[in-house]
Amino acid sequence: MSLATVIASINTLFISVVSHAAGGSFMPPQGTKVAEKVDSLYRFLAGASVISCILVFASMCIFAYQYRRRPGVKSAYISHNTLAEFLWSFIPFCIFMVAFAWGWYVYHDLRTMPKNAFEVHVHGQKWNWTFEYKSGRKSAGELYVPVNTPVRMIMDSADVIHSFYIPAFRTKQDVVPGRYSNIWFDIEKPGNYQVFCAEYCGQGHSAMLAKIHALPKDKFDEWLQNDPYKGLTPVQVGEAVFKARCTACHNATAEKKVGPGLQGVFGHQVDLEGGDKVTADENYIRESILYPAAKIVKGFPNAMTPFLGQLGEQELSGVIEYIKSLQ
Amino acid sequence: MATAQVVSEKNYLNESKGLWSWLTTLDHKRIGLLYMVAVLTFFLLGGLFAMLLRVELFAPGKTIMDASQYNQVMTLHGTIMVFMVIIPGIPAFLGNFILPLHIGAKDVAFPRINLLSWYCLITGASIAFFSLFKNGVDTGWTFYTPYSIQTSNGTTFVVLGAFVMGFSSILTGLNFIVTIHTLRAPGMSFWRLPLFVWALYSTAVIQVLATPILAITLLLIAAERLLGIGIFDPKLGGDPVLFEHFFWFYSHPAVYIMILPAMGVVSELITAFSHKTIFGYKAIAMSSIGIAAVSFFVWGHHLFVAGQSEVAGIVFSFITMLVGVPTAIKTFNWIATLYKGSIQFQSPMLFALGFLFLFTIGGVTGIILATIGVDVHFHDTYFVVAHFHYVMVGGTLMAIMGGIYYWFPKIFGRMYNEFWARVTFVLIFVGFNVTFYPQFVLGSMGMPRRYYDYLPEYTSLNRISSVGAWTIGTGFLIALFVIIHGLLKGKKAEMNPWGAKTLEWTTSSPPPHENFINEPIVTAGPYEYR
Repeated sequence: MSLATVIASINTLFISVVSHAAGGSFMPPQGTKVAEKVDSLYRFLAGASVISCILVFASMCIFAYQYRRRPGVKSAYISHNTLAEFLWSFIPFCIFMVAFAWGWYVYHDLRTMPKNAFEVHVHGQKWNWTFEYKSGRKSAGELYVPVNTPVRMIMDSADVIHSFYIPAFRTKQDVVPGRYSNIWFDIEKPGNYQVFCAEYCGQGHSAMLAKIHALPKDKFDEWLQNDPYKGLTPVQVGEAVFKARCTACHNATAEKKVGPGLQGVFGHQVDLEGGDKVTADENYIRESILYPAAKIVKGFPNAMTPFLGQLGEQELSGVIEYIKSLQ
Repeated sequence: MATAQVVSEKNYLNESKGLWSWLTTLDHKRIGLLYMVAVLTFFLLGGLFAMLLRVELFAPGKTIMDASQYNQVMTLHGTIMVFMVIIPGIPAFLGNFILPLHIGAKDVAFPRINLLSWYCLITGASIAFFSLFKNGVDTGWTFYTPYSIQTSNGTTFVVLGAFVMGFSSILTGLNFIVTIHTLRAPGMSFWRLPLFVWALYSTAVIQVLATPILAITLLLIAAERLLGIGIFDPKLGGDPVLFEHFFWFYSHPAVYIMILPAMGVVSELITAFSHKTIFGYKAIAMSSIGIAAVSFFVWGHHLFVAGQSEVAGIVFSFITMLVGVPTAIKTFNWIATLYKGSIQFQSPMLFALGFLFLFTIGGVTGIILATIGVDVHFHDTYFVVAHFHYVMVGGTLMAIMGGIYYWFPKIFGRMYNEFWARVTFVLIFVGFNVTFYPQFVLGSMGMPRRYYDYLPEYTSLNRISSVGAWTIGTGFLIALFVIIHGLLKGKKAEMNPWGAKTLEWTTSSPPPHENFINEPIVTAGPYEYR
């Protein structure tokens, strides 16, 4: 390879890196108008960063090469230069102020809750998200919202700090126990969007995921009226609840996760911390769901959040029937 | 800048012998070496845990450990690296050794307190280690409430360990401030202090003022856990966000405890290897003080999405931008020092130039994160992980490595192997970028930090990152061999192998017990390369 081809290939690589960095093209697809504004600001910041880095690196490399030690050549004695020092403090200061003001402008949009928004209550707990609509409908792990409607989430936590993060909307907000926090978005296109928990909350932190399904208005209204468990057998209801609420910590097989695997548990003896034994019947499983601290299975931490008040009677008996079916 | 000293056969290393003489030494140089041994040991451990984390993250799902083990290893890595490596790294090890030599003093102002501070570090670290391993603490190094109150009992002891280690930091800071004020050699005015001393001075001020806040906060956690006082836990009527404020009121200035001394080391390296006086001495010295002062008023940028008021967020975004100015001044002044210099590229200089490269990237991404409208997306993602590793590893650790190689001949009286030292630079520098640059991309894509498992689309970048991490690991292992080899087999070092101008190079290598046979008399600035 000749020197020219090496330089040409480095150049190509360099341009692709710069355009990627400056174009913000690694960001997830934009789901909202605000996301577009965040991305324009990011493009400015990334562009300014790339240019300043190139200036710094280029002058560093050129000086290092140009002024490498040569016999008989002494260094110059330059103590300072007031004008240069003023310029390279003042110009960065101006850029920082543009970044600050622009950031303020975008943040204002991110944090100004629209009036008359469609409101959904969000409950975070180790390690799943549940959603409660004013129609009385609840959902777990799957949030359904209408498109082209401002949606405001009113969020609380049952245990520790979580954070509700939707990368496609470029927004997140911590969900703090003991108070409400809120977040809003107005989705432009129907589709599915990923939700993460972004504040460390323990073993199931990286499994504390949810999906937002943005539906056209008529489909959403239809969904809101549906009885989710209509026509399902108790075991099927239980399976749906289990998948949404329990799988962050429990497997439907015998393999243990954060908590015990639940296959083959029902009807068998369970060893408890402290040496007691108990037979897993309906009442034991009911108690373990509603008051998990009452009996701790040997070898497992007392880590489960109580589900008291979180499941309807139909859901609770469904889960018990589902666990019974795992033989 | 001062007359050459008489060379003596006796030096601080062979002055007295035996383990006991080391454990009870009051010589700042020996205490510096005690710190070196402790910090390097902690660093090896913390590094080992980093390697394990990267093995686990090589593929989504379970690779070698389960989620709770991962969280424990993540906590070990963070706690060790922050409290036991980067905070004491430069000030307590290099600072302890070099500061009195730099100002022409026999020792620090309070030699006994200096030794006590080392024992505080060791005691605190032992308490923390005992609990980290025995109880499997998994809070992360930030101990956020109420998680840290509800999780395993070990948290109380880790927090007490950090409390005791805090005293080490406070005592060292106090000692340095008094030393710099009272023990300068005749003629060593403040404007003749080497820039490393200015950096240590600014750091010491932060250590003395900020560390007590952490101590009180950690005590409150212990009180809440042991006595059930409701300060942070909402179940007891407390407020978890209050903890975040307290914690970052210390831990943000602590970031500058970690980086300011590194900037001081780099100022020394660049001027020594360019053989040229530093450009804008006063601007660099004052920007250290400026950064230290502003550092107390930016903690709220850790709470942009935590639930502090929107107005507070905007104010903190503004103040955070201001830190960028003195940082930019330093960077440009270092570059200007290269201009018309007479530059040599021994390994300390390579690390200094590597610092400039990585620290610049860490700095500009810091401005991106300070911009509040964009930070809402990047907060708590891998973008932040990449940013602070560029500053803490790309900045501080590069400076530590450069500093170790630079002062190696002075500390041990021997030379290390230059070829292998350069190899370590290449491995660490390349490996570092391969590890952490992809993490900026992962963060942009939305991958949150502290994730044991990740979505399949993040796999390839995580793989690249893991390979990079193992490259860095190899580099540091070779560096360890370079140090040990230099210690045992290195060529004897001259008094001033680099031709540098600061005072420590006017005494023998290694220096005698009280540093200078005749008290130096200073007649000019520290970098008179005319």
